[in-house]
Amino acid sequence: MIDFLTSRGFKIFFALFIAALLITAPFYLRNFGLYLIAMWLVISVAALGLNLTLGYAGQVSMAQGAFVGIGAYVTGLMTLAGVPWPVAFLCSGLLCFVIGWVLGYPALRVQHHYLAFVTLAFSTLVFLLMRNEEWLTKGIYGLTDVPRPILFGWNTGKAFDFYFFVLGVVTLLSLGVWWIIRSPWGRAFVALRENPVRALSLGVDTRRYTLMAFAMGSAIGGFAGALYAPLVQFFEPNSFALPLSLNLLLMVIVGGGGTFFGPFIGAATAVLLPEWLRIAQGYYLIIYAIVVMVLMLFCPTGIMGLGDRFISHFRQKRISAERAEKAKDMSQQEGK
Amino acid sequence: MAAFIQLFVSGLATGAIYALVAVGFMLLWQTSQTINFAQGEFVMIPAFFVLWAIRFLGIDFWPAVGIGVIVSLIILGFLFKRMIVDPMIKHGVLPMVISTIALSIFLKEMVKDFYSSQAQPFPGLIPSSDLNFFGAVISTQNIFILIIASLTVVALNFLLNGTRLGRAMQATAQNPTVARILGIPVERMILYTFLINAALVALASFLISPIYLAKFTNGDVLGLAAFIAAIVGGFNQVRGAIVGGLVLGVTENLAAAYISAQYRGAIPLILLIVVILWRPHGLMGRAEERTV
Repeated sequence: MIDFLTSRGFKIFFALFIAALLITAPFYLRNFGLYLIAMWLVISVAALGLNLTLGYAGQVSMAQGAFVGIGAYVTGLMTLAGVPWPVAFLCSGLLCFVIGWVLGYPALRVQHHYLAFVTLAFSTLVFLLMRNEEWLTKGIYGLTDVPRPILFGWNTGKAFDFYFFVLGVVTLLSLGVWWIIRSPWGRAFVALRENPVRALSLGVDTRRYTLMAFAMGSAIGGFAGALYAPLVQFFEPNSFALPLSLNLLLMVIVGGGGTFFGPFIGAATAVLLPEWLRIAQGYYLIIYAIVVMVLMLFCPTGIMGLGDRFISHFRQKRISAERAEKAKDMSQQEGK
Repeated sequence: MAAFIQLFVSGLATGAIYALVAVGFMLLWQTSQTINFAQGEFVMIPAFFVLWAIRFLGIDFWPAVGIGVIVSLIILGFLFKRMIVDPMIKHGVLPMVISTIALSIFLKEMVKDFYSSQAQPFPGLIPSSDLNFFGAVISTQNIFILIIASLTVVALNFLLNGTRLGRAMQATAQNPTVARILGIPVERMILYTFLINAALVALASFLISPIYLAKFTNGDVLGLAAFIAAIVGGFNQVRGAIVGGLVLGVTENLAAAYISAQYRGAIPLILLIVVILWRPHGLMGRAEERTV
């Protein structure tokens, strides 16, 4: 059973199953359901970006929500001004890449909790700018009626079309992240996390990779923002205040930092579960908080780590059972 | 000038409260490497313990304050250490950070769902009136806060530096292994710092709630202020956290009046970033040894 669950065939089957679920979703879900799944996908992308910075490169960032905000504002303002969405999308990513690069500089000087606080301060500063610079961002009134993109004559205005649009873009972005993780870049990030001194002595330019980890993670956050803006169509600075950054951090760790699918699972616990657990109503956050604390207590590697542990537990059990079997056979043979 | 003095004194009073919270925050970091992201909520909640005792036990204000202190010591001191910090400590800093963020959500939601989401008036510890110093109007509340905070700091300083117990606690913070060899009950010393932290946040809560009202979101601002104060002052010195708190309270107030009210919240953050980049060990702190 466990062998089957971890076999390559099953993994591919499972991935296809999820893909099929996502593709057929519009045929059995209403508009609100589609909106939620699209939201889950978008937040997953933001978490994927943070996972690159935090999970793989080990640089604590509490500013991912701010990058989602920057991306959303850039895309919102540009598309409202009539710029085509793909251009706005690229600009969002590019701007976040540059800002993320600059934010990486403190990481060269300070680590761990200090870095956490620098990024936290940055996140709050971005929020204040969004709220106070009314000439640009319309302050607390937010941006309204952000248009949904029209690509090659395909109008994505309706929930049905827009869902497929988000699904397509998120798939491309996920493949991009998948590629980065498996490339020498990804390996260098892990080296940076595990042992920066050794990485340096082996010729990894830790300085450049630290900055790069921040810039890439932030750019992906910006891309998530570029999808967020046309998805919600109305947003204001409060959506991107500190709680979003902290929530993204929770999602990455709860899902499983440093694993590819962790952010998707983490985002599901924060976006999808509250809707499915409607019975819990206002108490969902209380339950969520308790579950996170208990999870951290018993399995700090998150839900993915929990799965791994479960599988290896059964595997070990089976192996020891086999061993016992063999020992019994041997002793019987000796007896003869 | 009168306006300046007014702003300065009220900034000092807020700063003194920040300092109390920052000292607790720093003590936890020093003795057990706990970065408590729920510290702000720890300041928010003791006021609600008191309000809860008044509402449901039907007792007077002062006995309720006593109950508030005891409940704080038990929940925010003892149980926090036993149930969250002790089991987590072996997992390292990041899971602990996540866990305390979850704890802060938990505390906020508990107050919101089971008490009230509205701001609650909280009785002042002393009757409020205004004093007039050469044209500057200063409220007795602020003076009271400054006196109480100073007394607390002096008492804490005496405890840490003037008594055998305090020396043992300092030894625990500096080098737990050697402290243990010298026969210091390290575990108990760590527990004492958690209790001191609980007492400090409870005190801060009772001082600040009459001014800002008791509300479940109060912790957001206070927690951030405590981090900033602790880092600006220097993470490894009690006097650093005090200076950090006072500097923060005063700059915040003066910046709001003379620079920009909208960016009131931004000045401390810029201060934080500048200090971290320019003097990562804080204004008063010693450089931390880097471990490889």
